[in-house]
Amino acid sequence: MRHTLSVLVENKFGVLTRISGLFSGRGFNIDTLNVAPTQDPTQSRMTIVVKGDDTVLEQVTKQLNKLVDIIKVQDFKEGEYVDRELVLIKVNADNKTRPEIMQICDIFRAKIVDVAHKALTIEITGDESKISAFLGLMESFGVRDITRTGKVAMPRK
Amino acid sequence: MSKQQANAAAKSRAKTAAPIVELGAELNTPMRGCDIVVKCLEREGVDTVFAYPGGASMELHQGLTRSKHIRTILPRHEQGGAFAADGYARATGKTGVAIATSGPGATNLVTGVADAYMDSIPLILITGQVQRAMIGKGAFQETDVFGLSLPIVKHSYLVMNVEDIPRVFKEAFYIASTGRPGPVWIDIPKDVQQSTCKPVFPDKVNLRGYNPDKRISEIAVNEIAGLIEKSERPVIYAGGGIISSNAGKELVEFAEKANIPVATTLMGIGAIPSDHRLSMRWLGMHGTVYANYAVDKSDLLLALGVRFDDRVTGNVREFAKHGTIVHIDVDPSEINKNKVAHLPVVSDIKYALQQLNKVVKGKEFKAWHAQINEWKNQFPFRYRVTDEVLKSQYVREFLKGDVNEIIMPQHVIELLDELTKGEAIITTGVGQHQMWAGQYYKFKYPRTFLTSAGLGSMGFGYPAAMGAKVAFPDREVVDIDGDGSFLMNIQELATAHIERIAAKAVVLNNQHLGMVVQWEDKFYNSNRGHTYLGDPQNPHKIYPDYVAVAKGFNVPAERVTRKSELRAAMQRMLDSKEPYVLDVIVPYTEHVLPMIPAGKTVREIIIEKDAKPVLGTNLGL
Repeated sequence: MRHTLSVLVENKFGVLTRISGLFSGRGFNIDTLNVAPTQDPTQSRMTIVVKGDDTVLEQVTKQLNKLVDIIKVQDFKEGEYVDRELVLIKVNADNKTRPEIMQICDIFRAKIVDVAHKALTIEITGDESKISAFLGLMESFGVRDITRTGKVAMPRK
Repeated sequence: MSKQQANAAAKSRAKTAAPIVELGAELNTPMRGCDIVVKCLEREGVDTVFAYPGGASMELHQGLTRSKHIRTILPRHEQGGAFAADGYARATGKTGVAIATSGPGATNLVTGVADAYMDSIPLILITGQVQRAMIGKGAFQETDVFGLSLPIVKHSYLVMNVEDIPRVFKEAFYIASTGRPGPVWIDIPKDVQQSTCKPVFPDKVNLRGYNPDKRISEIAVNEIAGLIEKSERPVIYAGGGIISSNAGKELVEFAEKANIPVATTLMGIGAIPSDHRLSMRWLGMHGTVYANYAVDKSDLLLALGVRFDDRVTGNVREFAKHGTIVHIDVDPSEINKNKVAHLPVVSDIKYALQQLNKVVKGKEFKAWHAQINEWKNQFPFRYRVTDEVLKSQYVREFLKGDVNEIIMPQHVIELLDELTKGEAIITTGVGQHQMWAGQYYKFKYPRTFLTSAGLGSMGFGYPAAMGAKVAFPDREVVDIDGDGSFLMNIQELATAHIERIAAKAVVLNNQHLGMVVQWEDKFYNSNRGHTYLGDPQNPHKIYPDYVAVAKGFNVPAERVTRKSELRAAMQRMLDSKEPYVLDVIVPYTEHVLPMIPAGKTVREIIIEKDAKPVLGTNLGL
C-alpha cells in the first residue's frame, strides 16, 4: 500500500540520511521525498511517499519516531489531508502544436514559464490525479524532460 | 610500558599537575575543546575510559593526562577498548566510555558499537576526526564516522563548533542511558579539540524529539492482573530489559506474589536466581527443555523487557501460540515487531512491575507447577561422556587413552561454579562455551553474566572481563572463553598485565570452532568448512600454545589436559592476584544440548545427540 508520511524533524545535518537509511536498510524504495524548513527555522517538514507492506511500514514509522532528531511522524490516510505537487515539464512544441498545448495549459491552469523555438517549459501544480492527467496529455507532444517536487501534504484539521 | 617508565610518567604528570586550565573556573576562563570534553566526562561521573590514541585524538589524551578523576586505560586494540567499555557498562549499569582516533581507530570500534546497540548497552564512543577543513578531502585517516555510525547507534554527533561540546555531551549521556539504552557516538574534528571557548555547561537537556519516560497505565495494570487471575498456565518471559532497568528485585517480587514461573532470555540471566523455585532458567535455542515446553503450553505469556528474538522463538508464528501474550517494553518499536501481542504496553519495566506488585494476586496454579516440576526432573541440563568422546582423537592423542582423565567442557563450568560459589562475574566469547556458561554456571544476581547475545561477537569475553574487573576490583571476574573467541582479542592480555587488571580467562580449548562444527555435524554431514583451528601439519599438538603466548605478555598461564589436575589448577587461577589464563583441553565432539534448530519449533527440540526429537503425544502438543 502507498503511504504518505509527514515527518517533522530538527533542521540539522544528517537527519535526511538517518531517515533514508531506515528505508534503505529494509529494502524500501522511497517514491518521493520533499523537505524544507517550516515557519520555525529550527524545524523542517518532510513529506515522504513510500510503497510497502503495512506491517513493515508500521515498523519503519516506529523506528522514525525513535530517532532523536525526529519530532513527530504522521501517517496520512486518504481524505485526511490535502496534497500538492509542482512539476516542471519541457515538451516539444512547434508552430502547429503550440496553440494546442497552450489550450491544455489553460484548462489545467498550468503556466508556461519558458518558450523556445522547439519547446515549451510548463509549470503545473496540483494533486496526484490532475498531475498525472496533464502529463498523460503532454506525452503525445513528446516530453523532453520532467522535474517534480514530489508530494507535499498537510492535514486538513 | 615498564614499571620504571610508568613511574617516570607518573612523575612527569605530577610536575605538570597544575592543569593548564583551572577546572571549576570554567565558566569564565576559556578552555580548549579537549579539556572541555574531559570536563564533560567528569561532570557525568565518568571514572574510567578506554582510549587508544592517534593523530586525531591525541589532544583528547593530552586533556585526559590532566584529569585527576578519570582513569585512562590503554587497550591494545580499539575493539578491545569498546568491548571493555561495554563490559564495564554491563557490570555496573553506568555508561561506558571508549575513545579512539579517526579512520581505522573509528572503524575498529564499529563491532563494539554494533554489539552495544544490539544488546542495548549504554556506551559513549568518542572519536577524533580530521580537522574541519580536511573533511571530505580524503585526508589521511579520514572516514565518515557520522555516516558509518547511523545504523548501529542510538544517536550520533559530529561536533563542528567547540561551543557545542558541553551540550552534545550532556545530551549524549542522557540519550545513552535513558529509555532503552544504547550507544551514542561523538565525532570531534581535531581543530575543534584545539579551539578554545568559554564553555557553558547545561544542567538540563532539551530534546523535543526524545521522550524516554514511558509508564504503564492503571487500566493496563488492572487488565494484566485480571489476565493472571483468569489464567491456568502463566509464564513470565523476562529479558535484558529487566537487567537494564535494574528491576531484578521487582521481577522476583512479582513472580513470587503471582506465583508464576520465570524463563529468562540469555540477556535476562541473573534477573532471578537460578536456584529460585520459580526459575525455569532460560529459554530458546539452547535453553532448558522445561522453559521451552512451559512457554509452548502457556495460556498467558508475560513478556517483560524482551524482543522475541529468533534465537528465543524459533519459528515465531508457532511460538507461544496457545496463549494470550502481554508484552511490556520501553521501546514502542519492539511492540508487534516480531510477534503480535494481545496486550501491548509501552513502559519502563521497573515502573510497570512496581505498579503490578501493588495489585497482583497469586493463585496456586497447582497442576501447572506440578507439570513444570515433572519436566524439570525429566529434562535437567545434562551431559555424559559419550562413545564418540571415548573413541575420539582427543582421548588417543592428548590423554593417551586414559578415559578417566576426560575433561568435559560442561564440567569445567560446573567446577568454576562450585569454586566461586556462583558469586563471580562471568563474561564469555561466542559459541558453545557461551551456551554452556549460561547452562552450567548458576547465576544468582543481575549483571553477572556479560555476554554478546544479540550481535554474537567473538572476542568479546576477555576485554569485557577487564571492563567488569576495573569496575569491581574486589569481585572475581572470569571470562569463560573458547579457543577461537579468545584469540580474537588476545592482545588485551597486555592491557590486563600493564594496568594490573586481574581478569581471569578459562579457555575451553577444543581446537575447533565448536558451534559451527556442531552445525556442520547436524546440517552438513560433518563436512568441515574451515572450522579446525589447530595446526593441520601437526594435529598431535595443541595449537596455538596459549601458555607460551600468555608468557610473552607476562601473564601467568597453565594448560590442563587431565581431569585430575583441573580443580587445583582452577583454584590457582582463582587465587591469583593478577590476570591468569587457564587453557583447558576438551573434546570437540560435544554438542550444546538441548537444541531447537533455527526456525523450528519446540516440537523439534533435540535433547540427545543423534536422537530424534522426543516430544510427542506425551505433552499433548
